Amino acid sequence: MPFDPAPLLLTFKLAAVTTLILLLVGVPIAYGLAFHRFRLKSVCETVVAMPLVLPPTVLGFYLLLLLGQNNPLSRLLADSFNLRLVFTFTGLVLASVIYSLPFMVHPLQTGFQGVPVVLAEASYTLGKSRLVTLFRVILPNMKPAILTGLVLSFAHTVGEFGVVLMIGGNIPGRTRVASIAIYDEVQALNFQAAHMHAFILLAISFVTLLTVYTVNRRYFR
Amino acid sequence: MLDIQLKKSLHGADGPMAIDVSLTVAAGEFITLFGESGAGKTSILRMLAGLMAPDAGRIQVGEEVWYDNARGIALSPQRRSVGLVFQDYALFPHLTVRENLEFAVAGKGEQAFIAKLLEMTNLVDLAGKKPATLSGGQKQRVALARALARRPRLLLLDEPLSALDLASRLRLQDELQQLHREFGTTTILVSHELSEVFKLSQRVFQLAAGKVIKSGTPEEVFIRDRVSGKFRFTGEVVAIRKEEVIHVITVLVGNHAVNAVASDDDVRELNVGDRVVLFSKAFNPIIMKVS
Repeated sequence: MPFDPAPLLLTFKLAAVTTLILLLVGVPIAYGLAFHRFRLKSVCETVVAMPLVLPPTVLGFYLLLLLGQNNPLSRLLADSFNLRLVFTFTGLVLASVIYSLPFMVHPLQTGFQGVPVVLAEASYTLGKSRLVTLFRVILPNMKPAILTGLVLSFAHTVGEFGVVLMIGGNIPGRTRVASIAIYDEVQALNFQAAHMHAFILLAISFVTLLTVYTVNRRYFR
Repeated sequence: MLDIQLKKSLHGADGPMAIDVSLTVAAGEFITLFGESGAGKTSILRMLAGLMAPDAGRIQVGEEVWYDNARGIALSPQRRSVGLVFQDYALFPHLTVRENLEFAVAGKGEQAFIAKLLEMTNLVDLAGKKPATLSGGQKQRVALARALARRPRLLLLDEPLSALDLASRLRLQDELQQLHREFGTTTILVSHELSEVFKLSQRVFQLAAGKVIKSGTPEEVFIRDRVSGKFRFTGEVVAIRKEEVIHVITVLVGNHAVNAVASDDDVRELNVGDRVVLFSKAFNPIIMKVS
């Protein structure tokens, strides 16, 4: 039986898109949690951290209810923007962003808290706005945290199974990612095909993490 | 002219403390806030820079009002023309010395000024280095140059020399003096180092528990029993050596070591590191042409 690389490619595409979106979403959330005091902050922190403890199927189940055909919100999205989120790649991205959120936000939050406050203050007294200070002073001084967030989010999305199964199903070429393909092949007793996917996933994950830790140690310490 | 009235309740390490100060500083003047740690000196600088909000008061710099709680004015740090040299320098670790200075200026048109600052602070050879590779004294000079790069109306120095050894301290004091002469920036120094106060500042405000308890020239504030000497120098005792019947005391006046003789009685109260006054009453000083 020929090896079908589509699930692996889809997995890495999903992980890459998710990680990019998480970086854009994670920076403002982590900044807010690190530097601002506001009411309901504990609630915000809890919501961000929920995916850490929640079974992925629970998250997937509620997303399915929220985005399903019978929900007014999803009907509005479908009618106005032709945007369907259940059993589509877009839906997978949305679910993955929520599912991997703490893996981006927590390292960034720790990173923000590790940059000495006095650096930001120096930047303010030199006439630079908060935004300029964020991009030119704070973020460049927390590169290891950014790298950690990127890698953990990517790896966590690659490893996701339950959420994808609930919200994406198993549509070849559209929502069938590697972890589901493995499960599928094992069910069908195609151990060789399962092994191909599993081993490639294992090897790529190992090499990625090894590269990151080496780079981190050599250039940022 | 700088007009400052500040009130602020703080909860410090020694319990609650209330800052309540009122200072007037002439344009171009170099003044010192002197006092023990915890007297509120750093908090006053932070309020001037806009990094800490006072409870009440007013800050006026020339015609500009930076803060006035009665009129609801409180400019952000970005809009106050200050240069603040932080106690631990706060250099940007990811930028080189030159980039640290360039960060402070608005446009690209200030290259000549940056070059001049680098030269005045002896940093030309280090311009391409990152702060982590510099010594304490070098970092301090970068911090100083960076604070001046924006051409601030007010320069705030938070114990800039306290972490340095004696030699670097003396050299930096000279550089500070030169920079102040060159730019004439109104400067407020926070210090608990008497030699600095005497050498650098025109006036000193002595603070205790958030209040000004004494102000005036350093001599008025610190030399209680004023001597009516014909000439008088203040310095620091660096060595006490016993000779046959007298003691020879070496005093550092500015950068010059001066020897003076003293009796057993005089020496009893003296220790290395003490601030002393050298003066002559009965004899005229001898003047000799040196150049």
